[in-house]
Amino acid sequence: MIRIEGLHKRYGSQDVLKGVSFNIRKGSVTAVMGLSGSGKSVLMRHIIGLEKPDSGAIVIDGENIVTMKPRDLNRIRRRFGVLFQEGALFDSLSVKENVAFPVREHLNFADSKVLEIVEEKLAKVGMKDHQDKFPAELSGGMRKRVALARALALEPEIVFFDEPTTGLDPITKATIYRLIEETHLESSGTYVVVSHDIEGILNISDDVVMLLKGKIAVQGDPAAILDSSDPAVRQFVTGSSDGPITID
Amino acid sequence: MLGQIWKVVTFCEELGGMLILFGRAIVWLARPPFRLREFMTQLDFVGTQSMLLIVLTGSFTGMVSVLQGYNGLHRYGAESMVGATVALALCRELGPVISALMVIGRVGSAMTAELGSMRNTQQIDALASMAVEPIQYLVVPRIVSATIALPLLDLIFCFSGMVGAYVIAVVHLGIDPGMFISGIRYYLVPEDITHGLVKSVAFGLIFSLVACYGGYYATGGARGVGMATTRSVVVSAVVVLISDYLMTAVMFRSS
Repeated sequence: MIRIEGLHKRYGSQDVLKGVSFNIRKGSVTAVMGLSGSGKSVLMRHIIGLEKPDSGAIVIDGENIVTMKPRDLNRIRRRFGVLFQEGALFDSLSVKENVAFPVREHLNFADSKVLEIVEEKLAKVGMKDHQDKFPAELSGGMRKRVALARALALEPEIVFFDEPTTGLDPITKATIYRLIEETHLESSGTYVVVSHDIEGILNISDDVVMLLKGKIAVQGDPAAILDSSDPAVRQFVTGSSDGPITID
Repeated sequence: MLGQIWKVVTFCEELGGMLILFGRAIVWLARPPFRLREFMTQLDFVGTQSMLLIVLTGSFTGMVSVLQGYNGLHRYGAESMVGATVALALCRELGPVISALMVIGRVGSAMTAELGSMRNTQQIDALASMAVEPIQYLVVPRIVSATIALPLLDLIFCFSGMVGAYVIAVVHLGIDPGMFISGIRYYLVPEDITHGLVKSVAFGLIFSLVACYGGYYATGGARGVGMATTRSVVVSAVVVLISDYLMTAVMFRSS
């Protein structure tokens, strides 16, 4: 289980996270929703350990990663898979080499075994025929699928998705959600999905946390979000420009 | 006034940042896994792929040095000193400094641009999230390879320069080959070469550290990467020239 306790983060004069606390259940798909700039991605970067909070704790299976030394943090990170917003594929490596990268780094497998894993993961996301291409030769959707294959290459216990469908067409979007759902069913890992795509995300989530101006506005199952009487939540869910949330 | 103070503060901040990055690189250099493959890739990029450029610039530097040296020494009937003068200039100054400036232009800019681009497209975050230490994977191989490659490139530069100088002196200016060589053998001492190599080691370390720092912490998208690249080339070149003066003042004080 991941426990986030009183997370505060400030950049200059701007408070981005203002005491965020919630739990992520083991084996669940937890969606972190919110407006652009509400602190979703910053929160995810903290949970992965890419940034340190000003105060608060992030406890993963009993260990607080905020106070950890880099070596111990890397031990925890070996259980992670991360799909970044733009894929973050390594430009200098081919599709095949990108997916093989974490396997080669952490598992002492023979090349044939590594290749077998790579092909299996790429086949799962429908990219097996593109394994010799480089990231620059791929479309946005293809890059996301390769990044998903790379994130799942080590069959991680905890997978983070940062805006997995942003900028994609509806069909590719649906494909990505289907892949997330399928791989979760197979692996029963803990999935954390950061997104502002309400329609898609509520369909695949067990729990939802909605951030608003650095605080949790509402949390619960998808039905609780849809049934919320909070005007700000209602405005976000309905996508209305009229309501308490204003875009400054 | 406030602007000047701010510039000093920023300079101190960056200098401190570079020293911290260097310290972290040293720590990760000593820890396994040792990134031999990355190191060889960088050594090839910094060293092997710079060789043609170094041979070309070295040759012409030697050739022009002979022309200028002859022009001056001929007036005093000291043509026999041409070889020694060029050899001393190449080994002590021109070799280390010009080879460093050439490599800064070719390699330093590429290092900053590549790391800056990786930072801005979250590739460095991706490495960290995969439990791969980015400094160990990206920075250490670049600094080590530059520090090793630059003295070797300096040797190649000096050798090419001497070959170029010999050809021009003997073929074009008609200086006696024996006189050209004996002047070098008489005046050039091993310390001239070793001090030049020490300078090159320092230059390799300085430019790669500046380039890696600029790229590793680059922000602001494509514009930010472009500015970081320009900045790292200018800063590297200036710091190389300043440190060259300081090292020369210390090393050749008694020469």
